[in-house]
Amino acid sequence: MSSEPSTSSNIATLKVESTGAALTPGQLIWRRFRKHKMALAGGIGITLLVLFIIIGTIFIPVEKANSVDLKARLSPPSAEHWLGTDSTGRDGFSRIVYGGQISLIVGILSVIIAISVGTLIGGVAAYYGGWVDALLMRFTEAMLSIPALFLLIVLGKYLGKDVQTIQVFGLTFSGSVGIVILVIGLTSWMYLARIVRANVLSLKEMDYISAAKSLGASNARIFLSHLVPNTLGIIIVSATLGLAGAILTEAYVSFLGLGVQPPTASWGNMLTSAQSFIQRGAWWMWIFPSLFIIFTILSINLMGDGLRDAFDPHSSRHM
Amino acid sequence: MWTYLARRLIQAFFTLLIITILCFILTRLSADPMAQYATNPNMSGEDRAALRARLGLDDPMPVQYFRWLGMAVQGELGKSFFSKQPVALLIAQRLPMTLILMVTAEICTLLVALTLGIISAVKQYSFLDNLITAFSFIGYSMPIFFIALGLILIFAVKFKQMGWPYMPTGADIWDPKDLGQLVRHMVLPVSALVIITTANYSRFIRSSILEVLGMDYVRTARAKGLTERAVLYKHALRNAALPFVTIVGLDIPYLLGGALVTESVFAWPGMGRLFWEYAQRGDFPVVLGVLLIVSSAVVIFTIITDIVYTFVDPRIRLS
Repeated sequence: MSSEPSTSSNIATLKVESTGAALTPGQLIWRRFRKHKMALAGGIGITLLVLFIIIGTIFIPVEKANSVDLKARLSPPSAEHWLGTDSTGRDGFSRIVYGGQISLIVGILSVIIAISVGTLIGGVAAYYGGWVDALLMRFTEAMLSIPALFLLIVLGKYLGKDVQTIQVFGLTFSGSVGIVILVIGLTSWMYLARIVRANVLSLKEMDYISAAKSLGASNARIFLSHLVPNTLGIIIVSATLGLAGAILTEAYVSFLGLGVQPPTASWGNMLTSAQSFIQRGAWWMWIFPSLFIIFTILSINLMGDGLRDAFDPHSSRHM
Repeated sequence: MWTYLARRLIQAFFTLLIITILCFILTRLSADPMAQYATNPNMSGEDRAALRARLGLDDPMPVQYFRWLGMAVQGELGKSFFSKQPVALLIAQRLPMTLILMVTAEICTLLVALTLGIISAVKQYSFLDNLITAFSFIGYSMPIFFIALGLILIFAVKFKQMGWPYMPTGADIWDPKDLGQLVRHMVLPVSALVIITTANYSRFIRSSILEVLGMDYVRTARAKGLTERAVLYKHALRNAALPFVTIVGLDIPYLLGGALVTESVFAWPGMGRLFWEYAQRGDFPVVLGVLLIVSSAVVIFTIITDIVYTFVDPRIRLS
């Protein structure tokens, strides 16, 4: 969301306009997104947050976030501990940085799982129809009928029976991170599955699909050049809004003590300990992780709303 | 109509069947109910084996599932492994407390959200509208425990320090049968629930009123010379209410499940906390009982909402 792509796109638009050719769908989408001020603000917010976390993890060693210092426990924000310390004297600022890293990793990976499962189930249901469709849709409905948090807890308990430490890309995480990713991913694909199914079903009836068929286009060609581009927008918007949902869900699950386990920090589990110490007035343990959660979710939601308008050709009247 | 109804009922039956299978597999396999006896010195290995056999835990899973299902359809949900109390009794004890909390919160939310949504739509793009929209965007991006802990910090901890009349946090011992105590203990959890849900509802009300205000019949009503008041209350609101009533109708069954996080933070003895406490111990009859009741309510209410909607809105054709 820096200014660079914006200017290059301006030049591209100018060139296109001067030759009188139509804009490509991608250019139209970018143009609509750019005009959406709140969406742009959301994009900038996310960029800043990601930079903050990356720079933070470079300068602060992970040991600082996880090391216990009982002498400094429960100290309010100071020059030494910018955001105070928690009940075991761990530095709040370092934990915010590493908790943010965990939140983003959990969010992105679980959205990837949710998108894959949702697209697969929705696509297969619409493509095969008949009893396959009926069965998959009843399954989707069943998953939706169980209150989300109940489902998360039960699935978390089921998958979290034996948790080990895992190592990915040289980073050591408690195995709970993997479980959380899997649990959130496997409980948040249902709406997307329904949307993809409805979209593919309505696309199958479109005239341009029949036209392509009568021109002798192969199934693969119809799939790749018509179905995929026309469903991609929905998937991208769902993925963005789903990312906000996944980060929020991680916070809820970790807050309940089921998610990411200490010493690994997550914004949610930082708030778990805040719950017991807020009675003693430890406001910094509550406000800082919460503000980061709210800022992140708000930025992603704003960006998602902007993307939804940008991808929806009917929304051009708002511009 | 009758074919439609029959089809919906058959679908609901299969959805419920899948829910029971899913819940049974997840809860039964997620924890060993005998684990609580593993460290009991008064119990020998043979005793444990005998108890396992007596409780039917050694039978093949499908046998256990159908035995549980057979009992459940007769209203017999079994006994808690931990407290030995019948599941139905445990639920009956907790359900009234959940309903008191949730119904109060829902009514307050509806009043606040309708007021804010109508103001926001009628005075579109005014300062007040921008303020309400900003509030609902932020509220929508907020985890409920942020509000809950904040309310505790301000109205329970700080007010107490200042020597002002303060709110209880729920950590104290109190008697739910005493109306004064009940109301005092409800203020903070209800406020937290209202703030979060209002953010969601008022956004929805605003957009559905705005959509209706753009319709031709509203223009006709204005052209007839009706006052803006009459246009709003006689024409716009009634039509805008339709989608909103559906949303609320679909939310009602979830009230039964209570608010797990809010109930945990404020130590409210409701269904959400019942579920959470017993899920942590792996007490599967209780967990299954709660899941079954809440998700059945969701499935049943979805059908009722569908049917009512087809009567209320003649534009819906049944195919």
